[in-house]
Amino acid sequence: MRGTLFETDKFPPPPLCKRGEKGTRWAITAPPTLFLLAFFLAPALIVVLASFQYPGEFGGLAPLLDAGDGREHGLTLENYQFFFSDFLFTEILLRSFLVAAASTLICLLLAYPVAWLIAKSPRQHRDFLVLLVILPFASNFLIRVYAWMIILGPQAALARLLNGVLGAFGLEPVSLLFSPFAVLVGMVYVHLPFMILPLYTNLEKHDPVLLDAAQDLGANAWQRFWRVTWPLSLPGVFSGSALVFIPVLGMFAIPDILGGTRDMLIGNLIKDQFLGVRDWPFGATLSIVLTLCVLSLAGLAAWAGRRRRGEQ
Amino acid sequence: MALLEIRNISRSFGAFTAVKDVSFDVSSGEFFTLLGPSGCGKTTILRMIAGFDLPDAGQILLDGRDLVATPAERRPIHTVFQSYALFPHLTVGQNVAFPLRMAGVNETELRRRVADTLEQVHLAELAEHYPHEISGGQKQRVALARGLVNRPRLLLLDEPLGALDLKLREEMQLELIKLQREVGVTFVFVTHAQPEALALSHRIAVMNQGRIEQLDEPSRLYSFPKNRFVADFIGNCNLLEAGVVEGQDGLLRLQAAGLGEILAPAREDVNVGDKGVLALRPEQVRIGAADALPPPFPKGGGGDFATPDDPGASENPPQPPFGKGGGNSFPGTVRDFLYVGDVTTYQVTLDNGQELAALRANDAPGRARFFEVGDRVTVSWAWDAGHFVRD
Repeated sequence: MRGTLFETDKFPPPPLCKRGEKGTRWAITAPPTLFLLAFFLAPALIVVLASFQYPGEFGGLAPLLDAGDGREHGLTLENYQFFFSDFLFTEILLRSFLVAAASTLICLLLAYPVAWLIAKSPRQHRDFLVLLVILPFASNFLIRVYAWMIILGPQAALARLLNGVLGAFGLEPVSLLFSPFAVLVGMVYVHLPFMILPLYTNLEKHDPVLLDAAQDLGANAWQRFWRVTWPLSLPGVFSGSALVFIPVLGMFAIPDILGGTRDMLIGNLIKDQFLGVRDWPFGATLSIVLTLCVLSLAGLAAWAGRRRRGEQ
Repeated sequence: MALLEIRNISRSFGAFTAVKDVSFDVSSGEFFTLLGPSGCGKTTILRMIAGFDLPDAGQILLDGRDLVATPAERRPIHTVFQSYALFPHLTVGQNVAFPLRMAGVNETELRRRVADTLEQVHLAELAEHYPHEISGGQKQRVALARGLVNRPRLLLLDEPLGALDLKLREEMQLELIKLQREVGVTFVFVTHAQPEALALSHRIAVMNQGRIEQLDEPSRLYSFPKNRFVADFIGNCNLLEAGVVEGQDGLLRLQAAGLGEILAPAREDVNVGDKGVLALRPEQVRIGAADALPPPFPKGGGGDFATPDDPGASENPPQPPFGKGGGNSFPGTVRDFLYVGDVTTYQVTLDNGQELAALRANDAPGRARFFEVGDRVTVSWAWDAGHFVRD
């Protein structure tokens, strides 16, 4: 009788992977994979290729193969040589990084307290407060940037007040609009929600008992922030920073609208190559340089993050 | 002088009074437990001692000094939280080092003390691990090590074993006792699990609805509950409604509902006419087959306290309780039983309708139970087994 309890051969072990499971997996993952291959990887490779080509006579690209008409064709390193031949381009690139870094830092400083307040507010109010943060997205981006032209304009209260004060001290009036300041204001204004949201998502998850524990073990308010809240919020800080830094780096609309002639950023430069100068290969080269810079920066950040964790 | 003195503290949250005029002392080196059902105010008291909350009235004195004005971070009191509250971004070693860093202990001293403390809780080899990489029992030890590393005057433990499974909990109980003896730090322990409280504590304050119902040593709480709540809350207990008919020489004659007259020892001032319950532990109730003669305690045997293995008693019996009558022995029927391995608890319905739980050790080899549902049995108890609790 005992045998009936232990007759395992009646119940063969289940197969590790059911038939058809593999097919289902492919059916689910294939469409997005194909989409990314077709509309992301392929264009990116075209840009890489374009950066090694000659410009076409009236924009576009020169043919890769000799058309027999004696014009330039094939591949070349000239675009990259041109980039390094004039320090102006590097300067614009560096300035773009500087603006992006400054915008990110200002966004972080403004967003952290806001995110913290939302995370600390009663649960039933949080959704409403988050809604307020994303409400600006309901109106058009360009309209909001143009609105800043009015706010910062010479006739607006802000400029008058500032220039009134400056005048009182016998200083020259300044223009708020068409200045690096205006560009920074626009960048921060547009990208602030992208910093607030990931920070809030992170801070909201913090277990309040950790702060109790820190206090219990002798940490004052400042130490509780720096030793518990801040390190735990770093993932939110990093994703928020990436969401601000990278778009600001490529942004051309805001400098176009709010900036002066000397506030050209790498985004404007690239846009001009394609739409103004019609030198597509050089535009592609600038894009590639920018992408490589961002990627190496991200790699550096990841390496630093891992090293920091390892050292602790 | 007591290390910690709680003097008449009260705390209300809106209309709800969590703690009502509670006072107690904790001596240095003591393992003191606040025991009670959830919502009885024990955690509120703990939070007030830790400094996370302030009493509306009353004083909390540590070494004779009022703590109320001292913020939590400056009190020499640490807490082990129910959820452990380990810092997830710090390793085990860094977690334990945290209070030392806050206290500004220098690096050499810090390393030495962290290593020593981790050694004490057998976690030395896990110092480099992060909290998410270790088990629940190990987290528990880290929390203990972190609370003890800079030798607080007082360690508060808020249901620290609640999240562990039974086997681990028993192990940790033994280890807690050992650790507390080793480090000599005073523990104030909060729990709703009475076996845990009985096993660990030097003294227990049983709390209910914001008040202390009884404060005593574990064995005295168990044997001599002061009131119906304590009798019911600590361990399992038969509560027989009864009124006092006569009392003399430390003996009570009780009129119990449905049982007639029964005898009980008087251990407090009890007056004739008092109403209350006779608290009778299931392990004090003998159960035997109805036809087996004689029953463990002979019928009408108020005067006969002899047991077969106690021959001396029959030669020199204790004072006869009111002569004859008052035999604590009743026939009944097994209604149900609960087999838990070492013992079986039988629910017996007495012929007069009263329900009684009796416990019998499964001491015969291979026996899981001695009686089946529906069996006729006799239950009995020694006249001095119960404890009368006045309402």
